[in-house]
Amino acid sequence: MRVALFITCVNDTLFPGTGKAAVGLLRRLGVEVDFPLAQTCCGQMHLNTGYRDEAVRLADRFTTTFAGYDAVVAPSGSCAAMVREQYPHLDIEDIPKVYDLSEFLVDVLGVTDVGAYFPHKVTYHPTCHSLRGLKVGDKPARLLENVRGLELVPLPGAEECCGFGGTFAVKNRDVSAAMCADKIGNVMKTGAEVLCAADNSCLLHLGGTLKRQKSGVRVLHLAEILASTEESAG
Amino acid sequence: MSAAAREVILRRIRSAVEGAPEAEIVRGYRGATGERGDVELFAERVRDYKAIVHVVPRAEVAATLAEITGGRVLTVPAGFPSDMYAPSEGEPDGVVSTCAVAVAETGTIVLDAGPGQGTRAQTLVPDYHLCVVRDDQIVPNVPDAIARLDPTRPLTWISGPSATSDIELNRVEGVHGPRTLEVVIAIG
Amino acid sequence: MSGVFVGMPAFPKNAAKAVQNSQLRFNLRKATHTIRGKRAAVVGELDDWAELRQAGKTIKDHTLRNLDRYLVQLEEKVTEAGGTVHWARDAAEANRIVTRLVKDTGETEVVKVKSMATQEIGLNEALAEEGIEAFETDLAELIVQLGDDFPSHILVPAIHRNRAEIRELFLKKMAGAPKDLTDEPRVLAEAARVYLRKRFLESKVAISGANFMIAETGTLVVLESEGNGRMCLTLPKTLISVVGIEKLLPTWQDLEVFLQLLPRSSTGERMNPYTSMWTGATEGQEFHLVLLDNGRTSVLADKVGRQALRCIRCSACLNVCPVYERAGGHAYGSVYPGPIGAILTPQLRGMDTELDRSLPYASSLCGACYEVCPVAIDIPSVLVDLRAKARHSRAEKAGMAAAGWVFNRSKRLAKAQRFGGRMRRLVPKRLPGPLSGWTDTRDLPEIPAESFRDWWIREGKR
Ligand code: SF4
Repeated sequence: MRVALFITCVNDTLFPGTGKAAVGLLRRLGVEVDFPLAQTCCGQMHLNTGYRDEAVRLADRFTTTFAGYDAVVAPSGSCAAMVREQYPHLDIEDIPKVYDLSEFLVDVLGVTDVGAYFPHKVTYHPTCHSLRGLKVGDKPARLLENVRGLELVPLPGAEECCGFGGTFAVKNRDVSAAMCADKIGNVMKTGAEVLCAADNSCLLHLGGTLKRQKSGVRVLHLAEILASTEESAG
Repeated sequence: MSAAAREVILRRIRSAVEGAPEAEIVRGYRGATGERGDVELFAERVRDYKAIVHVVPRAEVAATLAEITGGRVLTVPAGFPSDMYAPSEGEPDGVVSTCAVAVAETGTIVLDAGPGQGTRAQTLVPDYHLCVVRDDQIVPNVPDAIARLDPTRPLTWISGPSATSDIELNRVEGVHGPRTLEVVIAIG
Repeated sequence: MSGVFVGMPAFPKNAAKAVQNSQLRFNLRKATHTIRGKRAAVVGELDDWAELRQAGKTIKDHTLRNLDRYLVQLEEKVTEAGGTVHWARDAAEANRIVTRLVKDTGETEVVKVKSMATQEIGLNEALAEEGIEAFETDLAELIVQLGDDFPSHILVPAIHRNRAEIRELFLKKMAGAPKDLTDEPRVLAEAARVYLRKRFLESKVAISGANFMIAETGTLVVLESEGNGRMCLTLPKTLISVVGIEKLLPTWQDLEVFLQLLPRSSTGERMNPYTSMWTGATEGQEFHLVLLDNGRTSVLADKVGRQALRCIRCSACLNVCPVYERAGGHAYGSVYPGPIGAILTPQLRGMDTELDRSLPYASSLCGACYEVCPVAIDIPSVLVDLRAKARHSRAEKAGMAAAGWVFNRSKRLAKAQRFGGRMRRLVPKRLPGPLSGWTDTRDLPEIPAESFRDWWIREGKR
């Protein structure tokens, strides 16, 4: 099976640690991943902001870049959803098979225990596009439950949007901030020290607010928790 | 009215959908069963709406009605079985009726202005509505009710007493329709 | 659409005010969360919900595809049953027709059942100009009317008011309200009952909308809770129903689907208290049906946007929408608020004003609306499609073009990342211009010294 990593433009630029974690995790599970250097961005920001033509160009580019791979793994629910759910609306053909990380682990590799160790109290925000777009269901939770040392606490109102929404966060800053405030209120109720999600865009927004508020809660991508081992923690 | 408006609208529609693919209707849901509805379920669902429900053998309906109404004077629409309830003298402060169909799953009673059901206004204006439902009128679900009803008749579907949720989305029984709904289900 | 919202600022401005209104936020949070739970419970009871939803969607699509044919059939059936059918191209024409019909009866007062269509065309205002007073009889509409206010929810127009506010309003504005009125919902409802009862019994003309019209039989259907609908539909001598042309269903049997979808989605009940169905002139009444276009045919012409016409106005999408919950209905500047309003208003009114152009952006595209919509309207997709049609600011266009240029070659992206990496210490804590929207409430992440792709080239690959 030829597997490629689609890192996504946000992770590539701002969160290389997530990409390194994903690569390390997959290799630990015996998967050799490739990283086609021609990749850039899936076009989600352009499409969702109203720039369809640019988005189509980027979608075409994505499709060409990842042609020939059996599976493309993306550590981002919304980018995976963009390819799977939105590309068909853009009349893109021969769309590569894209999986969000938890889908690839659970559905393709068939593992829920990835041998990780992370001795912290964690709460998980499922993110809208993973939940309602990709419908990943409880896959991330099953993966986290099998992490040794990790205490998973349920997040109240988990299914509610955090208020990121791409350019929404800037165009509708007040509503976005209000949504974020409620989400963070729920995070604080859990008493967790780490807020985890499978999408760094939402975490950029949530983490930026948690930091501004000096809340003492940090955010981490699912890949980074699953990549942690006793050795790396030690 | 201008005939022009009609033609313009129809023309606009035709040009709007020109070339659009035909859309097939898919009906994968539970349809009409043709079966009898569950009396207990119906009673429970009507009670959920805060209506008062009695389940009694057919032979005891008259006695039950007499007991429920006590000294009360009710309007009796034409065609209501006279052996069940006889109108008494005086100013009515409620209405008694039969029904056409009842739906177990939703706890709904449907009136179709047939014998014993009166006009639509007759069961609306009074503050109290007493309705007699025969068990063979109860169907399992909405599709069964639709299959049994005649759309050319004026129909009123009643699910519990009048209610509003307009204030903080709290359901309050009783606004303009009857504030009390009492249902006698005749079995056997 | 009605002119009452003309000149309102864009959505973000309206919303900025609303999110700071603690009373509004409290009322909306409480109300939307209550109804969400109720809906979920009764929808969960039906194991064929997905199939009902599919049927609802396909019946509506089929009807819209053959709308001309079914409208003609409806007209024939209503006429056969003694009703009179009128056609209105736009709001002004509909208002003229209704005004003339009322004047023909010689009456100067009418009672009204809550109807979105008549709000959309501004009928009450049009009637008032001709000296005809319209009395709203739905409790929430009455609250809105007494308060000289605007509706803020499709189903519960006064959702933005709490019991204490309603009590004060009744005491101030409702003639004959008892002095010892409390703020208990039961007591408030009783006061409205007494206030409206005389009107019902005396009014000779009623105006309604309809939830459904059946082409096959000419039957109209109104779902309601309070009984004011039954009062209006049965007591007055003349009944005038103003209905959007998309409210049509082909057959009587189709109702078996929608009578399950609508109550469970809207009030979260297995069935709403009252549903009235009548065909033509009933029990000695005079009946007029006014079929309203008012922009619907242009929505129908849009391949993506036309699905908005499937809407049965259940308001489930409002109740789950995180944006609606915080911004409230008024921010949308339309009788159609929430997610459905964000796709319907710009299509009906066009996107010529700043407000109407901002509506497709009044969403984080979280998809909660699509998930609950009983006729499966893919609201996020329509929003995205409308965004592509909206005019964009020059600065934004330039920014997006620049980003597109960078993303179009991976080498350019790599260069930009390296440049960012070198400049990372120089990024200010607060960003200028529109981007300040980001740093107003959030810290920026630290920009890494090395991008993922550079790491991969250096040592990731093996
Ligand atoms: S769009 Fe769907 S969910 Fe929203 S009001 Fe219309 S039918 Fe209901």
